[in-house]
Amino acid sequence: MKGTVRFVQGNEACVEGALYAGLKFFAGYPITPSTEIAEHLSLRLPEIGGKFIQMEDEIASMCAIIGASLTGCKVMTATSGPGFSLMQEALGYAIMTEIPCVIVNVQRGGPSTGIPTHVSQGDVNQARWGTHGDHSIVALTASNHQDVFAMTVEAFNISETYRTPVVLLLDEVVGHMRERLVIPEAGEIPIVERLKTSVREGVDYHPYLPREDGRLPMSDFGGVHRDNVTGLYHDMWGFPSDDPSVVHGLIRHLIDKIENQTNYLTRYKEVGVEDADCLLISYGSSARSARHVVENRRRRGERYGLLELQTLWPFPHELVRSKCANARYIIVVEMNTGQVCQTVRLAVDRPERVFLANRIDGEFITPTDIQGMLHLIQGKGL
Amino acid sequence: MPVKDYIRERFFPHIWCAGCGHGTVLNGLIRAVEKLGISKNDIVMVSGIGCSSRVSGYLDFHTLHTLHGRALAFAAGVKLGRPDLNVIVPMGDGDALAIGGNHFIHAARRNIDVTALIMNNRIYGMTGGQYSPLSGRGILATTAPFSNIDQSFDVVELATAAGATFVARATTYHVQETIEIIQEAILHKGFSVVEIMSQCPTYFGRKNRQGDAVAMLKRMREIVLPIGAKAKHGDPEIIERGIFVRKDRPEYCAEYDDIIRRAMKRK
Repeated sequence: MKGTVRFVQGNEACVEGALYAGLKFFAGYPITPSTEIAEHLSLRLPEIGGKFIQMEDEIASMCAIIGASLTGCKVMTATSGPGFSLMQEALGYAIMTEIPCVIVNVQRGGPSTGIPTHVSQGDVNQARWGTHGDHSIVALTASNHQDVFAMTVEAFNISETYRTPVVLLLDEVVGHMRERLVIPEAGEIPIVERLKTSVREGVDYHPYLPREDGRLPMSDFGGVHRDNVTGLYHDMWGFPSDDPSVVHGLIRHLIDKIENQTNYLTRYKEVGVEDADCLLISYGSSARSARHVVENRRRRGERYGLLELQTLWPFPHELVRSKCANARYIIVVEMNTGQVCQTVRLAVDRPERVFLANRIDGEFITPTDIQGMLHLIQGKGL
Repeated sequence: MPVKDYIRERFFPHIWCAGCGHGTVLNGLIRAVEKLGISKNDIVMVSGIGCSSRVSGYLDFHTLHTLHGRALAFAAGVKLGRPDLNVIVPMGDGDALAIGGNHFIHAARRNIDVTALIMNNRIYGMTGGQYSPLSGRGILATTAPFSNIDQSFDVVELATAAGATFVARATTYHVQETIEIIQEAILHKGFSVVEIMSQCPTYFGRKNRQGDAVAMLKRMREIVLPIGAKAKHGDPEIIERGIFVRKDRPEYCAEYDDIIRRAMKRK
């Protein structure tokens, strides 16, 4: 890959990815361990004519990016657990109104104030179900800085393609660790631009009537179409409606447009999965340790495999079921009490094969930790 | 342009009760925009949740009906995204100053060029008559059956202290004056606040024995007097109306444009 080589924090890799994807507006509030994203963007955005604003809280930050997105900008906010909790209502608003936006959550230990400077992956289910009501969501992860960059670009592309908020679930280790990043040259990674309506002035424009390919072209605020955006159930004009067929149609649309596209939305990496007797499933920074274990064991001729999930939601049930089909042990490595593990159990045949290898003490899960747990799981003692 | 050209008839009939003051505000707002001759494409109306917030849906502008209390935060994003557009934010008293109080003071502090219209009927109407931060002590509400012990905000004092550069009070009785004040507020470069006292005969009036809409409007005529009347009459019941603050202070989007110029030069 050609490009500029940098030695940066994961949070900075996220900033570079966002700028590469065309970010023009960021609103945020300082919170550990995501603050560096705001700091860097306060410097970088005005250099390209973009805008940065530090709002009065995370609620306002989430609302401000939605407002700015409606003027045609690509937008993002970044936060951590407590801030992500505050954003949930407006996240639901963005889902309901189908407004493209990217929300980065650099996870730290919770609940509550928790352990702000230490790592955790405890917000996986919050990303899925944090906002009220039935809905669907896209959530991506990354385990190294090149992937943080790539997944940030993906987050914007998916957000624009499907007109949906995308949650990028990073964690404290990935966010703060420094490593090499190659920033690709412009054009090397494709960028999805905002799809604008081609309906001319004076012709009836339906902001919520999907095209044949399912996409919903937008009309920016200030343009020739004056449409209504509301968090109430609404018809194809954006006007509130409590007609049961409209309500049912909209909620099905919001869920189906994500869930039916699971195959297109699934991003993953794998090592030695095809012949794996023991398959490790992981994501985010814990996938680094899992990969280390798998590579070591394979060097010794043992049949270990790694499935690194980069898309957590919509959960890639089909992929996980097929990759796990022949494994004797399936070990989910994560830093929570089994949020992905329980979903894997739902996905696979013979769920009694699925075990959890985790750490929930604020410390990073190391290859040694995983090895120890493998011994226990495989009945070899400590 | 005729008034009906500003209305989305698809939305009607409106949800407001007979005698509600919010329709008068809607009418006043349309006439203010019409007098200023602003194109409908150049107005974004951002509202929150409540009776007042339904104003946005009824008007043929770019409209954003958002979350309870958060309209000003959404509006900040819209305005920064397109500083050339006129952003008008109709809010209720609970919407603006209870759940939205933090966003209100910070929007005022930043002096972002947004027009905030606070339709103050001193009650939560949509949920059926609970006390708001503007109800005031001694008021009866469905959540204050023994009378309210909460003190109220004075919107004019609060907005002024928070840094708003245009602060006014109007009423649904003094309609012509209200139209003129809304015009001035829209023209003002900076954060402008207009408190518009509005009657809620259904919940506030009935519960507090203030009579019907006509009686409530008559009461407004008697006690809401031009600025200076309080000192002249020495009556604590009197509420003053008019433009209290109008001053120049750097506007947020203009300031940010300067940041962009400096950042681009540095690069």
